[in-house]
Amino acid sequence: MKQFILFRILQAVPTLWVIATLTFFMTRFAPGGPFDSEKTVPDEIKAKLESHFGLDRPLLDQYLLYMSNLVQGDLGPSFKYPGWEVSELIATAFPVSLTLGLLSLGIALLIGLPTGILAALRKNSWLDCVPMSLAMTGICLPSFVLGPILIFAFSTSMGLFPPLGWYGSSDWVLPSLTLGLFYAAYIARLTRAGMLETLEQDYIRTARAKGASSWRVIRIHALRGGLLPTATFLGPAFAGLISGSFVIESIFFIPGLGKFFVTAAFNRDYTMVLGTVLFYATLIILLNLLVDLLQAYLDPKARQA
Amino acid sequence: MHLIAQLQNRLGLIRSWSCVSLLLILWGCSQPTNVETALSNQILHFGLGAEPQHLDPHLATSVAAHNILSALLEGLVSEHPKTLEPQPGVAKKWEQSEDGLTYRFILRKDARWSNDDPVTAYDFVYSFRRILNPNLGAQYASMLYPLKNARSYHEGEKRWEEANVGARALNDFTLELTLEHPIPYFLELLNHYAWFPVHRATIEKFDAYQKIGTPWTKPGNFVGNGPFRLSDHRINSVIEVTKCESYWDSPNVRLQGIRFYPIEAVDTEERAYRSGFLHLTQSVSTDRIDYLRKSLPEELHFEPYLGTYFYRFNLNRPPFDDRRVRQAFSLSIDRKRLVEKVLKGGQSPATTFTPPGTGGFVPKSQFPYNPQKARKLLSEYLLEKNLGRLPDVELTYNTSEGHKKVAEALYGMWKDTLGVEIKLLNMEWKVFLATVSSGDFAIARAGWIGDYVDPHTFLHMWRSGEGLNMTGWANSDYDDALMQAETTRSQDERWRSFQVCEDLLAEEVPILPLYFYVHLSMRHPSVQGWYPTLLDHHPYKYVYLEKGNDR
Repeated sequence: MKQFILFRILQAVPTLWVIATLTFFMTRFAPGGPFDSEKTVPDEIKAKLESHFGLDRPLLDQYLLYMSNLVQGDLGPSFKYPGWEVSELIATAFPVSLTLGLLSLGIALLIGLPTGILAALRKNSWLDCVPMSLAMTGICLPSFVLGPILIFAFSTSMGLFPPLGWYGSSDWVLPSLTLGLFYAAYIARLTRAGMLETLEQDYIRTARAKGASSWRVIRIHALRGGLLPTATFLGPAFAGLISGSFVIESIFFIPGLGKFFVTAAFNRDYTMVLGTVLFYATLIILLNLLVDLLQAYLDPKARQA
Repeated sequence: MHLIAQLQNRLGLIRSWSCVSLLLILWGCSQPTNVETALSNQILHFGLGAEPQHLDPHLATSVAAHNILSALLEGLVSEHPKTLEPQPGVAKKWEQSEDGLTYRFILRKDARWSNDDPVTAYDFVYSFRRILNPNLGAQYASMLYPLKNARSYHEGEKRWEEANVGARALNDFTLELTLEHPIPYFLELLNHYAWFPVHRATIEKFDAYQKIGTPWTKPGNFVGNGPFRLSDHRINSVIEVTKCESYWDSPNVRLQGIRFYPIEAVDTEERAYRSGFLHLTQSVSTDRIDYLRKSLPEELHFEPYLGTYFYRFNLNRPPFDDRRVRQAFSLSIDRKRLVEKVLKGGQSPATTFTPPGTGGFVPKSQFPYNPQKARKLLSEYLLEKNLGRLPDVELTYNTSEGHKKVAEALYGMWKDTLGVEIKLLNMEWKVFLATVSSGDFAIARAGWIGDYVDPHTFLHMWRSGEGLNMTGWANSDYDDALMQAETTRSQDERWRSFQVCEDLLAEEVPILPLYFYVHLSMRHPSVQGWYPTLLDHHPYKYVYLEKGNDR
């Protein structure tokens, strides 16, 4: 197992290098630059700014310098917010996105798993049809619709929660619900499908024939296999959740990573684009590794493979 | 059913969810809103729009930065809350020489930095030297060009010691500024943040004299001389300032603090306002105007704003290298219909480039709507060029619903009147900027907000070779008239010269003024001491919160 983990980590190095290189050159070849503005900047001022950020050097030199700094863990200063280091901005924004992601995931699992399991166990009954229809509505309902509805209901009308911001724990409720409900819908459907497939397996029939109680059959035998599709989904979903959601952050004015991720590209904030892309890529790689380990735990066949 | 009952018993689902729901409700229960608590704690909650790029007054370039810096710093003069006329600031009085070239400012002795150091004339000289330092790369350094020899120093022709720039501290509390030529709006100009002082010891401590991006502007490091001090700054979250007791006029400052929220999404900002989170919004979605007019008519404000929305023609390419085509395009636009039927946000049609009344200048109304004449001019051109119809024309604008609406309206007007096929090209902001500055366009959207209340802030753009021109238009008569307006001491002659500039713009049509901006925002009735001003400046020391009319 240790070897497997070490191998996967080593495999990540060239992946990250390719991502960094592609992102570096793609951002540089995009039209426009970080210092373009409607109020034209005199050439000599632009030259000073470019020189300050090392943009006056040949592109290859800039690339080599960036990579050597990157190896030392230095992501450089943000072009958009020159007083701030990219790593500093990520370090400030990531805990926000992580909290929001964990809470949303918690809500998604708390709602999605039991709903999916119940629906599978009571296939074609109202306990299946109603929640699954709601889940389909949840999947179809975009967060930019659900978010404002929740704000209107719980903030503007009832005054129960703040409408936006991220200043105290009561601010966490509405965005976590908006994001969590969307993922809960997915998880419910995936869990139902996984459970239905597992419940028809021979080993479940065998367990029942051996006189195991229904609860035991579900808990010990069916759940493991039934949760496999959900577990596979959780890796990238979790990475997506904790790396921030631009839409949710915009609706609820949350200072998370998602906004940096998107606006950095619009602002041609080269270092911020690279920093966030690399951070996101690292997260995906780590979470995929975790999912593989989780799958190995849940599925003996995967463990052998 | 047995299985379900078993599951419910084991998981206690219903009970758990009831508890969770109850907890959630109790947790968030009946929290007073920001607007409610502000009546007692006097904290203003301010929708800032965008996050400012810099809080260094010598590097800042945005309206958002102005909104914060005017709380943290004070220049030689301050502004009257209603008229923006110069009021004593750090300078308690000033005198002007007879030739209008020299100003002598007497600084108040009780002006203090937030660390209690006195604010001196030397601080101002140091600050002017810093922003003009060519190595700093300050975008607004040209705001100080009215100072004698400032330009030659900034362009690196001479060292400071040799340049003899017109800024001299005669002693700790006397500052003398000498100008290149008399400028009637010079005192108003001093309220631009480019003229604000910085604390020398702090700048040197952080090695920020000619370096961008040092941490001197962060909370704990920032030393200012304004009515408030910087107490918190979280990017994309909040910038908080609290009342500074060392400010010379502190007893008259009623607000205890201001929280600026850089909420870029207008819908989010409106929701924040309606939920009592904000006292003021930076803008309002044009789609919501009709609804808000009905539901919150007292809180929706349309205030004049010193800005013009216009299109640029590219005179380096046919067909707009011919004046008749440009005139035909201008004559086909019904600006009144554009603002009344399309924009519906209280804007006024732009029949001049300078908004009427800017600094007292009221230009003659031009750019008429005359479709017959437009068709005639275009036919003349087509006949001369032996063309059956005008080739398709590209109209470039940056992606935005508002710009799209205007572009589509003009598309219809040009097609109906001239039979011209227009291709609408929308581009992402940075791509758009690169496209326009490289001259790769036929017609391009533009907008201009004045930096100071004088026609010069608008008309200087169209000087031959000026960086902001970007149309390829060069006219020596225009340059002469502008120069005349810049150097004369006679107000009448200035207005006459500016009128010549306006006449030339209307005759040559290198640009198409479309409408004058209004500042559209929402403001809670409890905000007092806040008046509409052309530059949307609101000196915070006059602002306070008091129970207004209830909704």
